[in-house]
Amino acid sequence: MKIGLGLPTTTTGMTGDLLIDWARRADSGPFTSLGVLDRIAYHNYEPFTALAAAAAVTRRIRLATMIVIAPLRNTTLLAKQAASLNALSNGRLTLGLAVGARGEDYAAAGIESRGRGRRFAEQLEAIRDIWEEGKIGPKLDGREPQLLVGGSSGEALARMARYGDGYMHGGGPPRAFAGAAGRARAAWTDLGRPGQPILWGMGYFALGDGTAESGAAYLRHYYAFTGPFAEKIAAGNLTSPGAVVDFIRGYEDAGCDELVLFPTVSTIDQLERLAEVIH
Amino acid sequence: MRYAVIGGGPAGLYFALLAKKANPADEVLVVERNPPDATFGWGVVFSEETLGALRDADYETYTEIGESFARWNAIDIYYRDSRIRSRGHVFTGISRKVLLNILQRRCQALGVRLQFEREVGDLAEFEDADLIIGADGINGLVRRTYAEHFTPQLAVHPTKYVWFGSDLPLDAFTFIFRRNEHGLFQVHAYPFDARTCTFIVECPDAAWRHAGLDSASEADSIAYCESLFEPELRGAHLMSNRSLWINFATLRQESWHHRNVVLVGDAAHTAHFSIGSGTKLAMEDSIALVDALRRHRDLSAAVNDYEMERQPVVERFQEAALESSSYFEHVARYAAFDPKQFAFNLLTRSRRITYVNLTQRDPDFVRTVDSWFSSAATGSPDGALRLSPPPMFVPFRIGELTIPNRVAIAASRDLEAAATIGAGLVITEFVSVTSEGRISPETPLFDRDYQDRLRVAAERIHQAGSRVALQLGHAGRRGSMRPRAQGADRPLPNGWKLLAPSAIAYTPRSTLPRAMSARDVAHLVTVFGAAARAAASSWVDVLDVNMAQGYLLASFISPLTNQRTDEFGGTFENRMRFPLAVLDAVRSAWLRPLVVRITAGDPLPEGADLDDAVAVATQLKAHGADLIYPVMGQTVWESRPDYRRLFGVPASDRIRNEAGIPTLAGGYISTADDVNTILAAGRADLCLLDIPPNQ
Repeated sequence: MKIGLGLPTTTTGMTGDLLIDWARRADSGPFTSLGVLDRIAYHNYEPFTALAAAAAVTRRIRLATMIVIAPLRNTTLLAKQAASLNALSNGRLTLGLAVGARGEDYAAAGIESRGRGRRFAEQLEAIRDIWEEGKIGPKLDGREPQLLVGGSSGEALARMARYGDGYMHGGGPPRAFAGAAGRARAAWTDLGRPGQPILWGMGYFALGDGTAESGAAYLRHYYAFTGPFAEKIAAGNLTSPGAVVDFIRGYEDAGCDELVLFPTVSTIDQLERLAEVIH
Repeated sequence: MRYAVIGGGPAGLYFALLAKKANPADEVLVVERNPPDATFGWGVVFSEETLGALRDADYETYTEIGESFARWNAIDIYYRDSRIRSRGHVFTGISRKVLLNILQRRCQALGVRLQFEREVGDLAEFEDADLIIGADGINGLVRRTYAEHFTPQLAVHPTKYVWFGSDLPLDAFTFIFRRNEHGLFQVHAYPFDARTCTFIVECPDAAWRHAGLDSASEADSIAYCESLFEPELRGAHLMSNRSLWINFATLRQESWHHRNVVLVGDAAHTAHFSIGSGTKLAMEDSIALVDALRRHRDLSAAVNDYEMERQPVVERFQEAALESSSYFEHVARYAAFDPKQFAFNLLTRSRRITYVNLTQRDPDFVRTVDSWFSSAATGSPDGALRLSPPPMFVPFRIGELTIPNRVAIAASRDLEAAATIGAGLVITEFVSVTSEGRISPETPLFDRDYQDRLRVAAERIHQAGSRVALQLGHAGRRGSMRPRAQGADRPLPNGWKLLAPSAIAYTPRSTLPRAMSARDVAHLVTVFGAAARAAASSWVDVLDVNMAQGYLLASFISPLTNQRTDEFGGTFENRMRFPLAVLDAVRSAWLRPLVVRITAGDPLPEGADLDDAVAVATQLKAHGADLIYPVMGQTVWESRPDYRRLFGVPASDRIRNEAGIPTLAGGYISTADDVNTILAAGRADLCLLDIPPNQ
């Protein structure tokens, strides 16, 4: 299993300088990917912009959206943006797409949230075609972004198996991932796709003295829309090397291909501490 | 710390005594609306595991409970004229009243304040409490006060049930099934001391009304049930204690806490009585809550931690309880089962207990089932085989054909590689009867060339001891797509013309099909017949006609995709006309076993449900199908099975046992234990096993 690292684009106190420094160091570290989250009605950096900045200062590491809320974007523009980022980074983009869970993001973007599942399926169908037709560049010459799809309903899994290269899980303990991975494989088989879906997972961490509380506070804020569930997500933050190691082992056992760990505190030492743990 | 516990049942009292014991300086108050020795209900059941938890949590009450409980390890199933006993299931039961008295005494000894006969009108009465514990049950004040924060979902079950006590001495958890002129009644009974047992009677709503129990007094209900279960009661009596016929309600809530209020036991969640876990879950909640309060100084962190620990556990029990209650709601379906299979099916109903678990608990019982299964399959007299393979390795006969074991696999393109897996039946990929009926350019056409290749592969497969099924179909409007390696249902640029019952495209970007003419219909009937004749001269053992997954024949059956107004659309009979004509043509040209795969349900508002699937299967059976393979979803682009483990099994179970035709079950079946459980329980005759590639 590969281990990726989240870019600090949503955490309290993040800056452009930190993001660039973070990306550069991650590229020379043990991490295989840099992940970003997507929100509209929040103080985060827009995911494609953040990854483009990261692309400019990295050479090796994969760049992953985890996920981008597709129905909030114009399909053609989304396909072109992803194709551009992929071309600019020499084919390093993993495009994770899903419908997202926050009504306020839809409201802020002026997009009807009802019917988003069906619209998303239409987008997925179209994006692949746009990339292949090549009329809306840049030219990909068969080097398309890796396309992963998220969501947990049967509907989401069917969309994933139809149009994706694999599945992007939304976080949780290893047992939750294992359950979702099994269902993703079942959907893949059901729709007659050869081989197995690629499986990505994610988690949150805060390492070092005094970071547990600020990490939890950030998660409570970021997930406030889930109501009481935010507390549970905050409690799942990995705040010790032992917890990180157990979490990684659990995901590996469940068949995860790439696990991306997101910082909950915006300081560069978080990257170093995590690198030390996974080394 | 000040705790106010609302409700003096097992959950409330156990929380109170554990909290007080953990920190004697804390003030713990329990408020109960009834007097101390009033109790409704009879006995409660605990498993070994629960007793272990009770021992670790409070040894004093554990020893007292240990002195008062009944212990047994068997489950008896009275069905038709037999009694089947399965051992190795350790349970203990205790009178609810005795349990409450033990807990009350312990509370008093520790200094918990107990207030009985106090009705709480408003939680504001407990303003000075740091934490309010809602232990007042499913209809309690606490849950209702903050319902909007807990976001409850209540599901009311369709059957009626009533709690009685009885002086019938039992030494086993006892299920009794009895059919009379009013319907099927069942009993769930378990002892709680040497002389007394809990005796729950359950029946469908219709039977309850036919029997006049809707207007019966308590005495009348008792008289009715005593006479109905006279053989098993053997002169014992039923006793009432506010015993009213009710419907069970399963309660799920997103959250179990709000501010300084937290729920435990039935106030937080309920699970159907047929898995007997209400009191167990309630007391385990209390243990977990007190532990969490000891771990965290911060109250909100503690209640969160409690909820995180308990919710997944409770959800698993609720899922098992739903499977179990659904079994009892539909048990009439299994009325023709042999008692051994009936018992196996009952014991594995909640999915928590599988073939392997039962083998560990009661190897003799499983041996008996294995032996019966083998005998039934091979036609030898029951009991003749003392040493039998597990069901998965028992040959399956359809007509003249013997499939050496019960596992089927879906072969990829490489048919010969499939021969090495060892499955009894290897099913080919979708092979099209016509060129325009191909799914993608890679879909094989059933022409001379394919038949030659199939002959070579079939020979290999036969040499390996397996049998081959040829899957024949016509993709209909789901044709002209790219190869599945590039995605599913992605239309091919510059593809070919498509046929369908009505001109409706499968996806927004896929090719609009042409609605078939009566001539197209007649032509395709002939084509299928010719393909079957060609197959008959090949080495194929089984034909599998695809009437599922949104392909041509399926799209005639579903009203979502068939909007014709001629004799091939509209009514069920009309929609079945073309598929049945195809089946007739195939049947007359093909004398070997015939499998038909059908859509078992599209989880969509106007989609087919299982009732429709049973009706379809019944018709296909009448027209000569030997086996049905139900498949979920895919009729339309939007359909969405849930893809949970064994997601196709309920459909197989229902079709097999209601339409009375053998079935092949598929859909996330991944272990031998799953296969053995499904087969022994009579939910399918063959299982399609998901085998990961490269293994």
